[in-house]
Amino acid sequence: MSVEATIGGTSVVAAEPASNLRGREVRARIMSVVLFLGTIVALVALGVLLWTVIARGWDWIRPGLFTDPPSRRPENSGVGPAILGTFYVILLTAAFAFPVGILGAIYLEEYAPQNWWTRLLRINISNLAGVPSIVYGLLGLGIFVEFFGFGRSLIAGGLALGLLILPIVIIASQEALRAVPPSLREAGYGLGATKWQVTRSHVLPAAMPGILTGTILALSTGIGETAPLLVTGAASFLTSNPDSIFDRYSVLPVLIYGWSSRPQAEFQELAAAAIMIMLAVLLVLNLTAIVLRRRVSRRLRW
Amino acid sequence: MLTRTTTVGTGNPADVAAPSGTGRRATHRLSAPGTDDSVAVAIRDLNAYYGSFHAVGDVAFDVPKNEITALIGPSGCGKSTVLRCINRMNDLVPGARIEGTIQYRGQNLNARKVDAVEVRRRIGMVFQKPNPFPKSIYENVVWGAKINGIKGNYDELVERCLRQAALWDEVKDKLKESGLALSGGQQQRLCIARAIATNPDVILMDEPASALDPISTLKIEELMRELERQYTIVIVTHNMQQAARVSDQTVFFSLGEKRMGVLVEASPTRELFTNPRDQRTEDYITGRFG
Repeated sequence: MSVEATIGGTSVVAAEPASNLRGREVRARIMSVVLFLGTIVALVALGVLLWTVIARGWDWIRPGLFTDPPSRRPENSGVGPAILGTFYVILLTAAFAFPVGILGAIYLEEYAPQNWWTRLLRINISNLAGVPSIVYGLLGLGIFVEFFGFGRSLIAGGLALGLLILPIVIIASQEALRAVPPSLREAGYGLGATKWQVTRSHVLPAAMPGILTGTILALSTGIGETAPLLVTGAASFLTSNPDSIFDRYSVLPVLIYGWSSRPQAEFQELAAAAIMIMLAVLLVLNLTAIVLRRRVSRRLRW
Repeated sequence: MLTRTTTVGTGNPADVAAPSGTGRRATHRLSAPGTDDSVAVAIRDLNAYYGSFHAVGDVAFDVPKNEITALIGPSGCGKSTVLRCINRMNDLVPGARIEGTIQYRGQNLNARKVDAVEVRRRIGMVFQKPNPFPKSIYENVVWGAKINGIKGNYDELVERCLRQAALWDEVKDKLKESGLALSGGQQQRLCIARAIATNPDVILMDEPASALDPISTLKIEELMRELERQYTIVIVTHNMQQAARVSDQTVFFSLGEKRMGVLVEASPTRELFTNPRDQRTEDYITGRFG
């Protein structure tokens, strides 16, 4: 079959358009296999991880594991204080990083003049996102534990984690703000709105789903961080629940780290059980993220 | 009034209807701004720069009250820039610099001390691409009034504005639905209703129908004819037929040296299209250029 087309008054007959069709289809099929393989590699790695963890830890899952404090006897050990600690730390982290990050992003994206100084600022924030987490731990140790005298407390750990994820929150929020179409801003300004009115009523709500996604992903990374919390004094063996934000605390990753470095096989299996709990906590957090995002975007009538 | 030698759209239909039979007027003299009650906005010595680029040079014309003024000309001739000077939208463009005076109610809007936010409340705007807020139709209309501190019965306001924008009958049963669920033409009329709700004097329209189909375009044009009784309208359009159909006065821009936009001619629409004073206008409207 030949295809006839008219281009600028001249009739053009394409010479056997199907000639390279077979080659293209083969390439398309090869690519779909390659792409599938890429997915498989990720899935297999995850599956192996899950399988080993579940195989080793399954027998140790019992109701008491969730509530009991750790003990020297593995059969009496639980992750109670560590779950609570993780929960509190992540709340404090979010309470600090979310508002501060959004404020910073709004300033950089909407208010700051576009000059070399703000560009420099942006590059630096991107760099900060790549700084090893242990460095933030040391920073937290210096500022919150020592200088502010919070000691080895929940608040010190939460703020240190907050500093760690702050650059990621800012960058994600900036991206979300930048994705808001300029026509929306113009519509607001055209009605005689001030910059803050436009930002508050239109730009921020439109960007909020993206901001939430970014922030909660950052929190998920934060929840698994061990190094900064070890440095700012999270305990790997703590038998009491924290009562206030200035109390000593433990968190799941640090507890897992502590158990897995013990010589007894029982504690290593217990560590596997704790990892399962940790994954469940992450899953809950991510589900919350999805629900929250849905809610917020439903309020927008796109 | 005595200083005016040409009729720059006095609102008298006879002026518009009668093609000038006396030949081309050599000069086009404008009155001193602020001396003529029939003029809503008087633009003088307007120059616009984007960085080092001189985008618009020495533009001067009057926008007559309760009439439609169309700005036409080839792409890049600065007509949108001029339109956006009138409500200070260019303030939002980094590197833009506007010089000259835009006289409105005895004030120079372009003066630094004049608050752009206040200007935009008095001089509303409708954009090229319909841009309703991602909110309900009701909230779309009400928002501008709310932020400007206009109190009163918002239900009535919504109905009045939507009626004025010839949209009420189509949306009265779904005011809570998203403004973005409407068709393109309806969205644009919603944007017009939204602009009316802040109670402006002047409405600027930047190619309001260029993204719409012919039937929606026709509706917008009919609507403009209705609105000019109450508002002064300035419209930028690529479409010469549209300018000829709806406007009372037409301002033709062209590209001068170094791609600078210059005003060639501002005349009553009928006159400009039937008896242009300038050769460039004639070339453009007869399709020899642009």
